[in-house]
Amino acid sequence: MLKVKDLHASINGKEILKGINLEVKAGEIHAIMGPNGSGKSTLSAVLAGKEIFEVTHGEIEFNGKNLLELSPEERSREGIFLSFQYPIEIPGVSMVNFMKTALNEHRKHKGLDPVTASDFLKLMRERKELVEIDSALTNRAVNEGFSGGEKKKNEIFQMAMLEPKLAILDETDSGLDIDALRIVANGVNKLKRSDNATIVITHYQRLLDYIVPDFVHILYNGQIVKTGGKELALELEEKGYDWIKNGEQN
Amino acid sequence: MTNEQDKILGDVTSGDYKYGFVTDIETDTIPKGLSEDVVRLISEKKGEPEWMLEFRLKAYRYWEKMEMPQWAHLFIPEINYQDIIFYAAPKQKVSLGSLDEVDPELLDTFSRLGIPLEEQKILSGVAVDAVMDSISVKTTFRENLAEQGIIFCSMSEAIREHPDLVKKYLASVVPVTDNYFAALNSAVFSDGSFCYIPKGVRCPMELSTYFRINAANTGQFERTLLIADADSYVSYLEGCTAPQRDENQLHAAVVEIVAMENAEVKYSTVQNWYPGDKNGKGGIYNFVTKRGICKGANSKISWTQVETGSAITWKYPSCILMGENSYGEFYSVAVTNNHQQADTGTKMIHIGKNTRSRIVSKGISAGVSNNSYRGLVKVLKGAENSRNFSQCDSLLLGDKCGAHTFPYIEVDNPSSIVEHEATTSKIGEDQIFYCNQRGISTEDAVALIINGYAKEVLNKLPMEFAVEAQKLLQISLEGSVG
Repeated sequence: MLKVKDLHASINGKEILKGINLEVKAGEIHAIMGPNGSGKSTLSAVLAGKEIFEVTHGEIEFNGKNLLELSPEERSREGIFLSFQYPIEIPGVSMVNFMKTALNEHRKHKGLDPVTASDFLKLMRERKELVEIDSALTNRAVNEGFSGGEKKKNEIFQMAMLEPKLAILDETDSGLDIDALRIVANGVNKLKRSDNATIVITHYQRLLDYIVPDFVHILYNGQIVKTGGKELALELEEKGYDWIKNGEQN
Repeated sequence: MTNEQDKILGDVTSGDYKYGFVTDIETDTIPKGLSEDVVRLISEKKGEPEWMLEFRLKAYRYWEKMEMPQWAHLFIPEINYQDIIFYAAPKQKVSLGSLDEVDPELLDTFSRLGIPLEEQKILSGVAVDAVMDSISVKTTFRENLAEQGIIFCSMSEAIREHPDLVKKYLASVVPVTDNYFAALNSAVFSDGSFCYIPKGVRCPMELSTYFRINAANTGQFERTLLIADADSYVSYLEGCTAPQRDENQLHAAVVEIVAMENAEVKYSTVQNWYPGDKNGKGGIYNFVTKRGICKGANSKISWTQVETGSAITWKYPSCILMGENSYGEFYSVAVTNNHQQADTGTKMIHIGKNTRSRIVSKGISAGVSNNSYRGLVKVLKGAENSRNFSQCDSLLLGDKCGAHTFPYIEVDNPSSIVEHEATTSKIGEDQIFYCNQRGISTEDAVALIINGYAKEVLNKLPMEFAVEAQKLLQISLEGSVG
């Protein structure tokens, strides 16, 4: 599904990603872990197409398409979803209007007619239940005045609405209490299918107790320095990131 | 990225003006220039009674001694009043008994503007007075309204048919000597709408006037007078467009509203005069005086305006809150793009006890435009327990435009409460990226964000027009986001 080859990216001339190689297949869950500043969020932003980052070298292929040629909205319509670490508030724009606009763009891309009002409301209700999101949340403006936990739940709700092929969860666990964490993780697990894939970016192994990865990659200084199964996350938790950093030096 | 975004903002907000076409119709015009003779000629053309001519001459003589106001945060090139045609009427048959007699060209013009005047296509639930250049072309639904005693006609007709009402109320809210442009308007106004809602009548449909400037080198000076008698209600809407021309054209209107006891008037404007091209060439100078008086107790006047057009806008729809417990509202969205300038706001004058007012102003600036809010909240000594709340928000698109807020607050009563809130924000690239990431294009994202920002005001518009206004916001900002 996703093939990243020797990806280099920089911001304002400073190189952040220094040769990332990553392959994600349908049905897989990949976890990317790493210390602050290792490039985790940059990787997710580059995959989503944030223009502030300049890709200086390498390739990204997504379902046979050259992702780097697509605009952020085209990537979304192709099935890439980014759950933001810090979801953005859009005052005055209702969740209903926002989600409907987004969904219809996705439908148009697939050659489908816009969703009818009643079908849309039905879908909203269904997906709200699926991700156990409070009904009142979707009656408000996009993320406006939401608590940290509400914002993250709202991301998962949007993911449920858009049914992406590849979901990238950027530190979705940060700022969540244990109950919210469970709800968010359950949502992600319920949306899991054999034809989609998930990349979970996190600092902590805690989230991986709930979302069990097939692969764990450790990102350090702009490169994936170690790849393993879920046990790698436990080992990392035990030894700390110094283990990786020191490993680099040795 | 910032540059990139500014470029997209630029692209999104530089869309083309859709109403820039010219109607090819024979026009009865008078020579350029302004003098006492011209004022007499206009009055004569309109077959006016002597008292009206006296009204005009008094205004003209006063105006001659006045000077153009300079206090607004605007750059206004000098206006040569001898270079303007003060009267231009599309030629048509004398009597307009039925619509068949309206020139098809005119029908077609208004149809292209989305204002069908043909009976079978008439907007349901909206009565329209269509004004082209200096005269009213057609007023729809008059008979239906007359059954309830509602008078809705052109100002010229009101002067002929209802002189007592006109004499009593004309210039009672905006005196002839009020300001430079009001004096000018009083001298040369050629038409406009007149509306009277009798006691206890709830007007069953939206009333609206659609203003269209067509002829070149012509100024439009219309006069609207709206009287809501005790216990009545009316919702009124005006819209305006003009052809795309290289020279500037002057529009100086006066609107007066009188609300008696328990009466409620909602006055909404969707102003879309030609704003000039991307380089600031051409466009309408929109210098308008709008004022309502809440004369009776418990009366209410609500102004809602969506201002997207005009090269220069100078406009302060105001409320004089005289009756006890009367209520004034001002909801405004003003958009400036490219080289447009706007200095707009309101005045709330609290005279009566327990009077309340609410001001919500949303400015949106793009391009190299300048957008100012200017508002006065004045509480007089006797206005016990009066209250005002003002909120003035500015949204900037790009980094070359300006937003300014000039609130004036004068309170002479210790029991009054006056609140003012103001914010300035930019459309964040983060907001746009967030929308992009959900599959929404940058252009649609900007429209979404702007409509969200302006929602509180748009919600105040009559339903049929809220959708139009939303689209209009989007079009006027086309090409300005990046």
